[in-house]
Amino acid sequence: MIPAVTQQVWCVAALLGTTALAIATSRSRRSTAIVYGATFAISLVALAGALFSLISHASATELILPIGLPWLGSHFRLDALAAFFLAVVNLGGAAASLYGLGYGNHEPAPQRILPFFPAFLAGMNLVVLADDAFTYLLCWEFMSLASWALVMAHHREADNARAGYVYLVMASFGTLALLLAFGLMAGAGGSYSFAAIRSAQHAPREAALVLGLMLLGAGSKAGLVPLHVWLPLAHPAAPSHVSALMSGVMTKVAIYGFIRVVFDLLGPPSWSAGVAVLALGGATAVMGILYALMENDLKRLLAYSTIENIGVIFASLGLALAFQANGLGLAAALAFTAALFHVLNHSFFKSLLFFGAGAVLTSTGERDMEKLGGLIHRMPLTSFVFLVGCVAISALPPFNGFVSEWLMFQAVLQSPDLPQWLLKIMVPAVGALLALAAALAAACFVKAFGITFLGRARSPAAQAAGEVDRYSLAAMLSLAALCFLAGILPGVVIDALSPVAQAMIGHRMPVQANDPWLSIVPIEESRSSYNGLLVFVFITAAASLAVYFIHRFASRAIRRGPAWGCGFADPTPAAQYSGASFVQPIRRVFGTLVFQAREHVDMPAPGELRPARFRVDMHDLVWERLYTPVTEVVWFLADRLNQLQFLTIRRYLSLVFATLVTLLLALAIWS
Amino acid sequence: MHNLAFDIAHLLAGGLVLISFMMLYQDRLYALLNIFALHAVVLALSVAWQAFVQNAPHLYVTAVIALVFKAIVIPVALHRIVKQLGIHRDIENAVGIGPTMLAGMGLVALSMVLMLRVTGAADPLAREDLAFALSVVLLGLLVMVTRRNAVSQVVGFMSLENGLVLAATGAKGMPLVVEISVAFSILIAFIVIGVFLFRIRERFDTVDVGALDEFRGERR
Repeated sequence: MIPAVTQQVWCVAALLGTTALAIATSRSRRSTAIVYGATFAISLVALAGALFSLISHASATELILPIGLPWLGSHFRLDALAAFFLAVVNLGGAAASLYGLGYGNHEPAPQRILPFFPAFLAGMNLVVLADDAFTYLLCWEFMSLASWALVMAHHREADNARAGYVYLVMASFGTLALLLAFGLMAGAGGSYSFAAIRSAQHAPREAALVLGLMLLGAGSKAGLVPLHVWLPLAHPAAPSHVSALMSGVMTKVAIYGFIRVVFDLLGPPSWSAGVAVLALGGATAVMGILYALMENDLKRLLAYSTIENIGVIFASLGLALAFQANGLGLAAALAFTAALFHVLNHSFFKSLLFFGAGAVLTSTGERDMEKLGGLIHRMPLTSFVFLVGCVAISALPPFNGFVSEWLMFQAVLQSPDLPQWLLKIMVPAVGALLALAAALAAACFVKAFGITFLGRARSPAAQAAGEVDRYSLAAMLSLAALCFLAGILPGVVIDALSPVAQAMIGHRMPVQANDPWLSIVPIEESRSSYNGLLVFVFITAAASLAVYFIHRFASRAIRRGPAWGCGFADPTPAAQYSGASFVQPIRRVFGTLVFQAREHVDMPAPGELRPARFRVDMHDLVWERLYTPVTEVVWFLADRLNQLQFLTIRRYLSLVFATLVTLLLALAIWS
Repeated sequence: MHNLAFDIAHLLAGGLVLISFMMLYQDRLYALLNIFALHAVVLALSVAWQAFVQNAPHLYVTAVIALVFKAIVIPVALHRIVKQLGIHRDIENAVGIGPTMLAGMGLVALSMVLMLRVTGAADPLAREDLAFALSVVLLGLLVMVTRRNAVSQVVGFMSLENGLVLAATGAKGMPLVVEISVAFSILIAFIVIGVFLFRIRERFDTVDVGALDEFRGERR
């Protein structure tokens, strides 16, 4: 029997082989089908392996390959946490490959995508499998670069080059932070294997510094505010199945890194770590969804919504840290499981929604919601699965989003047990922020679905849209089915997550399989329980009854059309409710402060013949207050240093000489 | 015997530093080349003495390499180059002789202070050797920085390398392979620089590196 980790490494090798295959067959017309077919099969095998070792509670297996640094080698390890994230990665990979089988045919230059797609999947798998700092960072960079190449696939489109540039800068910055974090953890002794780091003692100040660096490094990849700026630029720039992978899966790999370091390698946490992570998570959730609400580009909206979900996950992780630091193991396990459950859920529905946006993009060529509308008539299946995704991400029962957010709020309700007053006050406050974010998310996806799929077509392209191909629909339908299944059978997922919580927290949630009627009971029966199946049956019954009564009694009654046509007197679809008008109330409440939104109405005087104009000015304060000053300083310094390029040879020699003498002097004085 | 060995090693290494100072002072190309040859001879003597003291026969090979290449081949070749280029005039020093000598003294003092402190635990022979070697390296760099003529910069570079060899032989247990490879890399560097000298000369009609800067449109 081959150890599980070896199987996974073979899968990665197969993915890398697929990259070579993609390069070899790049001239062939069947290249798309071959590559996506191969990645689909490999991802399914890797998914099966990961799920098997997660469910069978297999003990961790390790593998050391003699590649990489000569004295270190490459360590790989498959434990419960890695198995869970491998399952997430490969499920997303399988779905994206299936979707790509259809979507990839519309690609004008497939050879720009096909070699990097399997490499990107391999990179994400490797990051999760890595068991020493060097391998981890190397694979992390490999993943970043592969995804960067995919972002730059359509490099001639406006703004994509800038997106790639910003992504590259932020990714390098994040890796620098990770490098420093691992360097700190390895200490002066410099033992870079995770086993050595895990067994070492970490001083509190060092641990706090590592936590801060991990928040910078993993946070910039995951999209924590204010490090999120690259995400809404780069995720939509890639082809849609890659956007789905980047948003739904790569951000999860960043979360994996955070969990691996903070919960596993760093030893017992301090409660102040929980405070920092909670605060960042809450702020990220609200800011992300506010950005998403203001957005009219469908894929950018989804990317911003990813930021919100990352905030939710980080807030749950912060809760878990706070509980664990105070020895409340059960509550910590609850919060941790909620975070992992949300990781899984978000990978389902965000991939699904990006696939839907990609389907809309292929059949209409539009990402701007203000030019869509009425697609429910032309793309009925796509709109159905998109609706499922919207309902799930809005955390409405009976879908999966509700379960993870409900579990998280159950964890928030445990906060009175915390001894620190700061946490006692802060956890409910963050809970309120998360509730606000959840409500705003629902509004956001009402907008996304309503403006895109309902109403009448706002452009000829939307008018002429048609349903997408079978492969794309199969990918979307299977993800929608998973959203539904995870929503009505949450106990199965929670039990599958228990070995991860056991390994990271030292406790696990109560076994859910024994509860009657597929209920889940996070703490105990008397406090709270949830039954997705029951809610589903109730919703179905109530909705069917309502439909029946409406059709039976309301529709049958004779109705005469009113004289003025119910607001449809105007024949142009542009007069419909638009996305901007939908969010106007929210923009007025929140945007005035958060985005400095100002409305300008230019009303012509009576008798003037020009049209009235309405304009909204919005500012991205994170860009203007944080990134613009930093870039200005960098430009200023670069301008100054530029003069170094034009010195005489003797000056260069003198510079070297002066540096040497200065260093020697410093050594002479301080040694 | 040990004291005598130490004294002679000390004398030779100190002589090397003294000759570096002579190089700093010299402002004629032929004289500079002659002094460089003397530098190499003293280096070869010093290495040979180290070979004798340390009882390390492979160091004799290094000494022979230093003697043949640095004391004979390279100076003769440079002589020919200077003659062919017709530049046996004064060296234009970018910095005056006085300040250069003062700076050189400062550098020697710095390397003494530094090396004697840093290598406190080492064998006294190696300590002195390292301190002198660092002085020679720094003085070689100083020659490169204060001269405008490309040939004298080459000489500065070669004397810098002599300092490296001195340091390498002072430390016991330097493998022969390393020394030979260093010697050959220097030889190759010399060839490359020589070729470049002629190329520069062909193109600009001078080996004053200031011409390169003028060509790039830079002010001095």
